[in-house]
Amino acid sequence: MTATLTAPGALRADDGRLVLEVAGVVDEVPGTRTLVLRRPGGGLLPAHPPGSHVVLDCGDRRNAYSLTGDGSPCEEYRVSVLLCPDGEGGSAFVHRLAVGDIVSASRPRSAFAPVSTARHHLLVAGGIGITPMLSHARAAVRWRRSFELLYRHRPGAGAHLDELRGLCGDRLTAYTSTPEMLAAVRAALADRPLGTHVYVCGPTPLIGFVEETAAELGWPGERVHAERFSADLDAGEPFTAVLARSGSRVPVPSGTSLLTALEQAGVAVPNLCRQGVCGECRVPVRSGRPLHRDLYLSETERAAGDAVMCCVSRSVDDELELDL
Amino acid sequence: MTTALSARVARFPFPFATDSYRYLTNVEPARTPVTTAAGGWGAGVLDVDDDYAVELAERAAVLAADPTRCQELPHMRVASWDALTTLLPELAAACPGETSLERDGDRWTWRNDLLGTARTFTVGDDDSLPEGPLAFLGSQIQDDVVLLDQREGALWADAGLVTFAADWSMGFDVGMRFLEVHGPVPRVHEAGVVQRAERFLMRLQPGEEYRRTNWTMTVDRRLDTSTETYAEWGRDRRLVVGDPALPDRLHLRVEVQHLIRLGVSNAICFLVRTHLLSLRELATVPEWRQRFGAVLAELPDDMADYKGLTRFRAAAVDWLTAG
Ligand code: HEM
Ligand code: FES
Repeated sequence: MTATLTAPGALRADDGRLVLEVAGVVDEVPGTRTLVLRRPGGGLLPAHPPGSHVVLDCGDRRNAYSLTGDGSPCEEYRVSVLLCPDGEGGSAFVHRLAVGDIVSASRPRSAFAPVSTARHHLLVAGGIGITPMLSHARAAVRWRRSFELLYRHRPGAGAHLDELRGLCGDRLTAYTSTPEMLAAVRAALADRPLGTHVYVCGPTPLIGFVEETAAELGWPGERVHAERFSADLDAGEPFTAVLARSGSRVPVPSGTSLLTALEQAGVAVPNLCRQGVCGECRVPVRSGRPLHRDLYLSETERAAGDAVMCCVSRSVDDELELDL
Repeated sequence: MTTALSARVARFPFPFATDSYRYLTNVEPARTPVTTAAGGWGAGVLDVDDDYAVELAERAAVLAADPTRCQELPHMRVASWDALTTLLPELAAACPGETSLERDGDRWTWRNDLLGTARTFTVGDDDSLPEGPLAFLGSQIQDDVVLLDQREGALWADAGLVTFAADWSMGFDVGMRFLEVHGPVPRVHEAGVVQRAERFLMRLQPGEEYRRTNWTMTVDRRLDTSTETYAEWGRDRRLVVGDPALPDRLHLRVEVQHLIRLGVSNAICFLVRTHLLSLRELATVPEWRQRFGAVLAELPDDMADYKGLTRFRAAAVDWLTAG
């Protein structure tokens, strides 16, 4: 599954990115390309829960791609990318990559992990939405979790189908007809044991169908999981911090935090977590509307608008005047 | 003063930056070295010191007497393997001469000359490690371990091996939510400290590591001050007051706590490494003596009560400020 994040630099500036080499390119079915990514010198890559993604630099944009491995520490990551001729260009970029090319990726991010207390995992995939499900199925086999996978693909274009057959055996049912697939999903939702969790990834109508049918059949919301890329802190719009006491002006570019910009301008601000939780980096605001992105200030403090946690928060207005 | 004593002082994580102490969501990135008035600490996640073998022998004895100190709800087995396979390489890197780890796929061979341990096991195969991955991990690192599962928008303390608790009980807390675990702590709920902490922890991404410190005081070098053994250590808090050996018996107890998002299982691994320093050792650093005296004198009553300091606080302050 792919999601285009609008702004480049969607992750925290200090997020240690991975430099990866394209070690293999596999065109399994027409239009879907699998990249094998390794560290240029070899070595283990970070472990990740099933259903995680990495955010890949694709020329002038960043795209999130699901990792298809089981998540145990290993030396390669694999992503499978569907070429979208009408898309915004990320997939075309990936399809131009060749063995030996170097790409930059985020560390793995998890937003679609299996629930450990589930008695049974019902996996539902449509099209290229199979990628996080492949990861789920692999991990379920490795850790002996009870699961089944319903997969709808176009005739002759079932990415990873052979691999899945070998991995899942009769726990996989594949469909090329949408009505048959939807009927099977409904039947599964209607009779799986209490304590089953359902996970869906694919086209929006499929996700909608699973969510609506589950709700109709009385499934509690906590047992229904859909792959949606969570909004990490984005790079934010550029603005200028005006330091009221010295009169100096500090530009804060997109992708740089106010705290970092102040430090680079030689203004020391106490700080600890740089994550917006500890409360150390609070800075008084004289004018301009702060864009609060921290977890520290209360609703009342936010509304007052007279202080900002400068490690994560930014400005709504072009200028933010600080009492510094 | 013996050399062993000064080594303990030099690497002690003295936690006070000012003359007063309040609860905060005081988290910072792990592996950041800290310089103190006596030396420093904090370059790594695991801190193996001269007390390593003694403390692990003590953990084994506590566990043998009370197996309920190790708890694991059935769905936490993957997290336990994950904690073991994350932290053994860490220990191997911290003690390259004394330990070694060989991996052949899932087949791992671990040697630890500090304890005379040599084991081969298969990651994920419960039969290959009969005591379980969590208990085995606890036999190799000084830290207490709690593993938290994340689901339904909350964190749950669903597994742990805790033998050195500062007046709480893993057996009592297992299966509780993060907020319930912190139920007895004064002030933090009103101040939003634990709510913020939980939201922060739930957002940690695979492999991210943070740490914080917490502190209290203990009579004698007693690591096992669990609720279960209160009858053995509780009255010492009263008896120590009239004892001329008070400065040798009363210890500042500092916990260096690590918060790690495990990659494979998505669990939060909470490590608690306990350091004890007697007031007399502490006083070898005049800055520490002055500062801890001030913190202790200023500490609000409800916090002192919760930490169990009320009986001996005045006597400790007297001794610290008389120097
Ligand atoms: C950023 C993370 C955390 C913060 C800010 C935090 C904060 C605190 C504070 C302020 C106390 C009172 C300590 C004292 O005065 O001695 C406390 C106690 C405690 N904390 Fe945490 N904590 C955090 C993470 C955790 C985690 C992950 C666990 C794992 C279950 C945990 C378990 C406990 C327990 C068991 C106690 C003792 C409660 C009792 O009296 O029964 N904490 N915590
Ligand atoms: S540095 Fe912790 S809130 Fe900003």
